Amino acid sequence: MNLTLKIWRQSGPDDRGDFATYDVRDISDDMSFLEMLDVLNEDLIGKGQEPVAFDSDCREGICGTCGLMISGQAHGPEVTTTCQLHMRSFSDGETITVEPWRASSFPVLRDLVVDRSAFDRIIQSGGYISVNTGAAPEAHSVPVPKANADRAFDTATCIGCGACVAACPNASGMLFMGAKIAHLGELPQGQPERDSRVVSMVNQHDAEGFGGCTNIGECAAACPKEIPLDVINQLNKDFRKAKKGAH
Amino acid sequence: MSDLIQDLYREGEPIADTKCPDGPIENRWTEAKFENKLVNPSNRRKLSVIIVGTGLAGGAAAATLGEAGYHVKSFCYQDSPRRAHSIAAQGGINAAKNYNDDGDSTYRLFYDTVKGGDYRSRETNVYRLAEVSTAIIDQCVAQGVPFAREYGGLLDNRSFGGVQVARTFYARGQTGQQLLIGAYQAMERQVTAGTVEAFTRHEMLEVIVVDGRARGIIARDMVTGEIETHLADAVVLASGGYGNVYFLSTNAMGCNVTATWRAHRKGAYFGNPCYTQIHPTCIPVSGEHQAKLTLMSESLRNDGRIWVPKNRDDCDKDPRDIPEEDRDYYLERIYPAFGNLVPRDIASRQAKAMCDDGRGVGPKVGDFRRGVYLDFADAMERLSRDQVAAKYGNLFDMYQRITGESPYEVPMRIYPAVHYTMGGLWVDYDLETTIPGLFAAGEANFSDHGANRLGASSLMQCLADGYFVLPNTIRDYLAAGPFEKVDEQHEAVVEARAEVTGRIEKLLSINGERTVDSFHRELGHIMWEYCGMERSEEGLNKAIELIRSLRAEFWRNVRVLGSADTLNQSLEKAGRVVDFLELGELMCIDALHRRESCGGHFRAESQTEDGEALRDDDKFAYVAAWEFGADRTGDDVALTPTLHKEDLVYNFIELKQRSYK
Amino acid sequence: MRSNLQAVAISTLPAKRAKRTGKTGSSVYLKTVMAVTGIIFVLYVLAHMYGNLKLFAGHAAYNEYAEGLRTLGTPELPRHGFLTIMEIVLGVSVVLHIYAAVTLWKRSKTARPQRYAVKKTVVQSFSSKWMRWGGLALLLFIIWHLIEFTLFKVNVGSGGQGAQVTQDPFELVVHTFDTWWMTLIYLVAMAALLMHLHHGVWSASQTLGLAGTPAARRYWKLAGLAIGVIVAVGFIVPPLFILFGVIK
Ligand SMILES: Cc1cc2nc3c(=O)[nH]c(=O)nc-3n(C[C@H](O)[C@H](O)[C@H](O)COP(=O)(O)OP(=O)(O)OC[C@H]3O[C@@H](n4cnc5c(N)ncnc54)[C@H](O)[C@@H]3O)c2cc1C
Ligand code: HEM
Ligand code: HEM
Ligand code: SF4
Ligand code: F3S
Ligand code: FES
Repeated sequence: MNLTLKIWRQSGPDDRGDFATYDVRDISDDMSFLEMLDVLNEDLIGKGQEPVAFDSDCREGICGTCGLMISGQAHGPEVTTTCQLHMRSFSDGETITVEPWRASSFPVLRDLVVDRSAFDRIIQSGGYISVNTGAAPEAHSVPVPKANADRAFDTATCIGCGACVAACPNASGMLFMGAKIAHLGELPQGQPERDSRVVSMVNQHDAEGFGGCTNIGECAAACPKEIPLDVINQLNKDFRKAKKGAH
Repeated sequence: MSDLIQDLYREGEPIADTKCPDGPIENRWTEAKFENKLVNPSNRRKLSVIIVGTGLAGGAAAATLGEAGYHVKSFCYQDSPRRAHSIAAQGGINAAKNYNDDGDSTYRLFYDTVKGGDYRSRETNVYRLAEVSTAIIDQCVAQGVPFAREYGGLLDNRSFGGVQVARTFYARGQTGQQLLIGAYQAMERQVTAGTVEAFTRHEMLEVIVVDGRARGIIARDMVTGEIETHLADAVVLASGGYGNVYFLSTNAMGCNVTATWRAHRKGAYFGNPCYTQIHPTCIPVSGEHQAKLTLMSESLRNDGRIWVPKNRDDCDKDPRDIPEEDRDYYLERIYPAFGNLVPRDIASRQAKAMCDDGRGVGPKVGDFRRGVYLDFADAMERLSRDQVAAKYGNLFDMYQRITGESPYEVPMRIYPAVHYTMGGLWVDYDLETTIPGLFAAGEANFSDHGANRLGASSLMQCLADGYFVLPNTIRDYLAAGPFEKVDEQHEAVVEARAEVTGRIEKLLSINGERTVDSFHRELGHIMWEYCGMERSEEGLNKAIELIRSLRAEFWRNVRVLGSADTLNQSLEKAGRVVDFLELGELMCIDALHRRESCGGHFRAESQTEDGEALRDDDKFAYVAAWEFGADRTGDDVALTPTLHKEDLVYNFIELKQRSYK
Repeated sequence: MRSNLQAVAISTLPAKRAKRTGKTGSSVYLKTVMAVTGIIFVLYVLAHMYGNLKLFAGHAAYNEYAEGLRTLGTPELPRHGFLTIMEIVLGVSVVLHIYAAVTLWKRSKTARPQRYAVKKTVVQSFSSKWMRWGGLALLLFIIWHLIEFTLFKVNVGSGGQGAQVTQDPFELVVHTFDTWWMTLIYLVAMAALLMHLHHGVWSASQTLGLAGTPAARRYWKLAGLAIGVIVAVGFIVPPLFILFGVIK
């Protein structure tokens, strides 16, 4: 199939940036979206033009490195990561607009590459269980009911890709943060720090410049790992109760 | 030192000391920990350690050394430490917990690992690995890693490729992710505590060796392009494996050998570079555009049955129309005891044999069908469709997304792909390389897995190294520090920087005709063809020649656009391919010199009558540790490494010809 | 706001101590304030709507009800005491509700200074999209409504500004709504209210942590729609009946 691509090009963090239009031909259905961009890039290099910078690493949908706004949808039209999106989801002759995640807390570094270190700093602020190596008790000393373990797992599948922020009209990071709160909050090991965790993470989230959530739900719809919206519910609840020291 | 052997390499002194303690094997690690010097807590702050890599090995080490109070500087090329390639591991992690009382023990895990590695690993190391395995699970559970649990709330186990006990802990098909997030969070906690400094989007491009000791690294800030010098008292490389030398592999796009190769060039020996693992259950290649192969977890082999048609004519039929009697469940036929659960190297080689026999399935790529069926029809009958979905649903979805076919309806197609590299920097029992003060952990070192790694053992090794081994061994080295301060003007530093900037300038100035990827792809073809699943003297010789001329062409004809002082992905790739082009040659030399088949290394010249791998313990029961060497004739450079042998002595496990029949 | 370049540089440094430490400045806290005041509004409009339906009971009954409100709680409370308390609660709530809404709106704007060239919405409801502008419309409406019915008691419809109209609640209402464009303004306001409640009720449940399961989520979404429709319809029926001369 042949496609027209409108791609955001920006030479560096301080450049204003603009769209450039490219045509790609003979794209096969079996290609992934990023392989299609690889083809474009080989072509551009051949013509002596600098290739389009975009992030990817595992190309298996698990590392969370990739992430593009594809025709107005984070990670494109399927519920998956950009690297796992295949060209069979598009049709011949289509024009596809490709933009980077847009949020002031995810500044664009170049073309489609953004800096998501704000997520790391949110985790640094409390997204962990404090246990030093060697200090752990025998694993079977604390049984975890299967239902809790399963929910902890479901919410722990977040890959930190940032699509939730990208899709949210408020550029809010609540789904990402809620996933971590729910994951650790579901486990007995996570209880001692439950209060302080949620308060410091929310503070860091705000300080990073993410917007506040108004319960729109676009985030969960865009999430490639289908993190459910109720993690935000849980985050709010934990936050409210944290004040009273209810945990 | 000997003269050039086969015009390729020299042989040097054997390795005299591996620092392995003596005595009963059960006591060795305890003893070593006791013997290793301690560092006074108040001194730790003054001691700095650079850790390159934030995967399971590097992340765990950074967290643990940070907790201990050392000043840690951590580096990764991704935008976040959480994205290291360990995240992609699916299947699980082994530990000798014996929660099922099915006969497992430290000793059995030790035994299985040595046997699985085809008797090419160091006994003392492997025993230590088995010994600390249980503590890893405790640690991870305490961190909140959501392992699969049973209804009683206790941890669930499954059995995994090549062993008959259920000792694999898992978190659905995303074990690596969950373990890595645990290590990452532990590390980020230390970032807040101020003991760990994290440098993301930083690529290490050179080691700094001052007066014979590793004292720092040169790294490039991949956003600003700045070449930075980082100095420390010790350096740890936990930079992962080099499977990407094959271009197509299950490794992430950015996986590279640069960190370890640069250390190798500075004097660290490279152990067993030719030992690569080809994983049997990957999604077959679909065309030339492909950039990366996708692994389907090995756990699929627990319930899926592998087959090809008995008749070549049936290969393009719909598999559902091929009756039972016309199917060849070849693994079950050849290896009745282990069936579909034979170790990876065997499963891979047999798949290739079936395809070479003309019985492969799926679309033709070139004029070959490269694929065999992995069929869940029986499993769905035995269990229910829902139960199968509960176990493998996410893998099935992934398969469907990539191929457009549903494994619930049609058998999956799989084919082997490069997956893991057992080789790596040679290290002694303390995980120290031959450069004092330079340590290597995780997949980056050569240790523990011999010539073949068992499923779910890499995660175990990486975390063992990172949480428990390295922090205990490195202190013996650090106890002598802090070492004399190194000035950034020191000639070794200046030289290392110049080497890096020189290389970058050169790459940007060639301005030839071919893209970096095209060279990488070609190198990959050569490696897969001649140094892949089956290797022969003739093929390897040819490969060495091809690689040398490809490398020469690269330096004449590569086109790297853009500049050095911005984010420049072509430049990053080019730098990595430079090192792959040298590594590939060393791998071929290693494969050529090892005229035996063992584990993942199958030499056509060394097989039994029925085509099984044939080891030659009399001649090759050693680790090949290569010292860097290169000869230049005019513009052409040829590697002329020096081989140092580390003899493998088996005191506890008897050397046997491996048999899974 | 920091510039891009700094952001790059700090990507390697540990988290800075968050600027907005205290919980009260945090976005979740602001949301909670908005939800709590929002619920107060919901309760108020439900009660108010119920009162308005008394218009159907006729002149005397309605005025009796209006008078009843003023004497509620007497003699413990002074005349008008209950209403005063309610007015204070509502007044404070409006201020807090608006403060929180405006603060979050501003944060949301700075959180994405550059918009997408193409943006599709997948699940965002029409109602949620209009929360802010709808809220503004409600504010304007309420200001006018208060001028009209409580503060200055102005009658812009037929019947003039005589005390027999403005000081008689029933008459004031009837004279207001037999003017078609006044009814139209109320219609528009009720549409805004419907949408505001449709999203608002569900949103408040999520904010207060009451929508923890998919089932609860469905329930609250339904509740939002139901309350929205009941309130909007309940409010708009009397004016329409007045316009079409059923109540007079
Ligand atoms: C698809 C897949 C599935 C697997 N499944 C399993 C499994 O089920 N069980 C199992 O036991 N094993 C499995 N493995 C193997 C296992 O995942 C890896 O061997 C292991 O995770 C390697 O961890 P590591 O810490 O050594 O390195 P990695 O996780 O690869 O991390 C390397 C780190 O080094 C950094 N780095 C590399 N080069 C540089 C440089 N030049 N400068 C700066 N930083 C650098 C990277 O940024 C990264 O942080 C699997 C592997 C793959 C590919
Ligand atoms: C005075 C003018 C008003 C303004 C400016 C206003 C504005 C807003 C805004 C901007 C929001 C947040 C939007 C969102 O969460 O998506 C909101 C939420 C809400 N509003 Fe209003 N509103 C007003 C009046 C009202 C009234 C009269 C009611 C009730 C009848 C009400 C009930 C609610 C509720 C229940 C919420 C949900 C709170 C939450 O999201 O947690 N508001 N309002
Ligand atoms: C069409 C429907 C409505 C009618 C007929 C109506 C009528 C009235 C009347 C007659 C009063 C004066 C009552 C008195 O002083 O005794 C009043 C007061 C008030 N109305 Fe309404 N109203 C309507 C809709 C609304 C709506 C939708 C809101 C809010 C969103 C609202 C908010 C108020 C407020 C806050 C007061 C002041 C109460 C006080 O000061 O005690 N009204 N309304
Ligand atoms: S919550 Fe979903 S969309 Fe957000 S970062 Fe995690 S995986 Fe990505
Ligand atoms: S889309 Fe945004 S508003 Fe909240 S529910 Fe999701 S973060
Ligand atoms: S590249 Fe790893 S998730 Fe897409």
